[in-house]
Amino acid sequence: MLIYILRRVLATIPTIFGVALLIFVLFNGVGGDPTYQMVGKHATQKQVEEVRHEYGLDQPKVVQFGNYLKQIVTFDYGRSFSTKQEISTMVARGIGPSLTLTVPAFMFTTFLSVALGLLVAYFRGRAVDRIVVFLCVVGMSLPMLGYILFGQYYLAFKAGLFPISGFDYGWPDRFEYILLPMLIMIVVSLGYDVRFYRTAVLEEVSQDYVRTARAKGLSESRIFMKHVLKNSMIPILTNVVIEIPLLILGAFLLESFFGIPGIGGITIDAIHNSDLPVIKAMTTLQALLLILGNLATDILYTLVDPRVSLK
Amino acid sequence: MKSRSLLGDAWTRLKRDRFAIFAFTVVFAYTFIALSAKLGWIATPWDQSVGAAYAPPSFHSLQTVFGTDIFGRSVFYKVIHGTRIAMSVGLVSALISVPIGIFFGAIAGYFGGRTDDLVVWFYTTLSSIPNIMLLIAITFVLGKGMAAIYFALGITAWVGLARVIRGEFIKHKTRDYVVAATSLGASHFSRIFKHILPNVSHFVIINFSIQFVSAIKSEVILSFLGLGVQGQPSWGVMIDDAKLELSRGVWWQLAGATTAMFAIVLALNLLGDSLRDALDPKIK
Repeated sequence: MLIYILRRVLATIPTIFGVALLIFVLFNGVGGDPTYQMVGKHATQKQVEEVRHEYGLDQPKVVQFGNYLKQIVTFDYGRSFSTKQEISTMVARGIGPSLTLTVPAFMFTTFLSVALGLLVAYFRGRAVDRIVVFLCVVGMSLPMLGYILFGQYYLAFKAGLFPISGFDYGWPDRFEYILLPMLIMIVVSLGYDVRFYRTAVLEEVSQDYVRTARAKGLSESRIFMKHVLKNSMIPILTNVVIEIPLLILGAFLLESFFGIPGIGGITIDAIHNSDLPVIKAMTTLQALLLILGNLATDILYTLVDPRVSLK
Repeated sequence: MKSRSLLGDAWTRLKRDRFAIFAFTVVFAYTFIALSAKLGWIATPWDQSVGAAYAPPSFHSLQTVFGTDIFGRSVFYKVIHGTRIAMSVGLVSALISVPIGIFFGAIAGYFGGRTDDLVVWFYTTLSSIPNIMLLIAITFVLGKGMAAIYFALGITAWVGLARVIRGEFIKHKTRDYVVAATSLGASHFSRIFKHILPNVSHFVIINFSIQFVSAIKSEVILSFLGLGVQGQPSWGVMIDDAKLELSRGVWWQLAGATTAMFAIVLALNLLGDSLRDALDPKIK
């Protein structure tokens, strides 16, 4: 078991290397000299030289790539170009507000969508099922930006039900500010998730063991509760676990609109300010967290599913 | 009994599916509008003032049904040109990504071994970077504009298709008909493209509609962030404008852009579902 986990962990190294290479090529190769993106076209030669030196861009590409790999390992991504802060400090400060928004939203969404998914899978093919599935498609077709703008204008500004934007670091005051963005986040993800969990359950329903159980004379509800539910837990768990690391990064459109000083908001600001070091660091962090999520689900798989062989 | 082809059978099923008919109608209507705008038949010129600034919607003329923007331009015309942009982004990026996905999926699944390892490593790497960050990064370094959007969406969106095609090729390459083709002296090339590919082509069709949706959505977000379309009326740019307009009570630009976007995304989502039901032999 331990050896398997170790092997899985080691297997992520080529992927991490690939990600690093890709991001490096993108930011330091294809785009030409990133200095001009940061200082603008009208900077003096001296300014350009300074920035180039500060970010190590005057060194050979191989050395630059080495430096970048070092940044990934040490979590020290240097300083932001626009705010001059340490990027690692910015990230550390942003995690709290981001989690304040994403963790409750994620928990509510998962709870609601698993419950709804199971319910409609049980009533598959009937009117309830068809209506819920159709509503899900409608829900996932509505643009998120539309939800945000309408919500902020009508519910917060006009009706005054929620604060328009802002954040409070105190407890439990901070929850007042995340209420509306959280609501929007739940509504936006519900459609996808309900459909996903419904499909996951339905795939189990058509398996042979269900037919056997039915032939044995078990009642539909018993088959569902005892057999189907247990087996469909695997795809459900996978989907849940894979999303957990990404919660740290917050939701960038929501954070930016509602003035929540989380990681997503920082990323949007960086895009507006052409702050290349920050965008690069955020891209890297997101990729690392996604790889971590995949790794966690793989390991979890072997723990919950005895059929998965530890090859 | 008369035998029917997969596509013929799928067509019969689609015709019976009311959602599919609705979806097809909407997609055709949008395509027609986009083409007409492209050819200059309708909604020209979009960038001229047709009334006062921020005039609310009125039914005096077609130009003012969605009101006007800050420069007095017709929001309705802008929505139509936004449709042109969205449809061309969906189409062009899918036309770029589908061949890439088929090619990599096919060679990885068919040849296996080292080739497979390399391709899988490549797409795992690509898909490890969250799509929107990758798009932001690419458009950021390539500079703004339509070409960058086409390119960014095209070269990032093939991973899903490649995964599916690879899986299918692994299944198909040992089937009898492929073995028969081999013994008749079919080359690798002919086995891949003439024998196996037609048998997995329905996945390409399903994937096409999925990619179309995600391309449209991504374009709107990129344009909204100021990394996308420049100097042309994109839905994303209109939504970005609406951010400031709402506090003045100007809601029509937002409503126009989001409604237009909602209808096509809904239609494509429904179409994707119907295509899957009609084309996937597993769920018959």
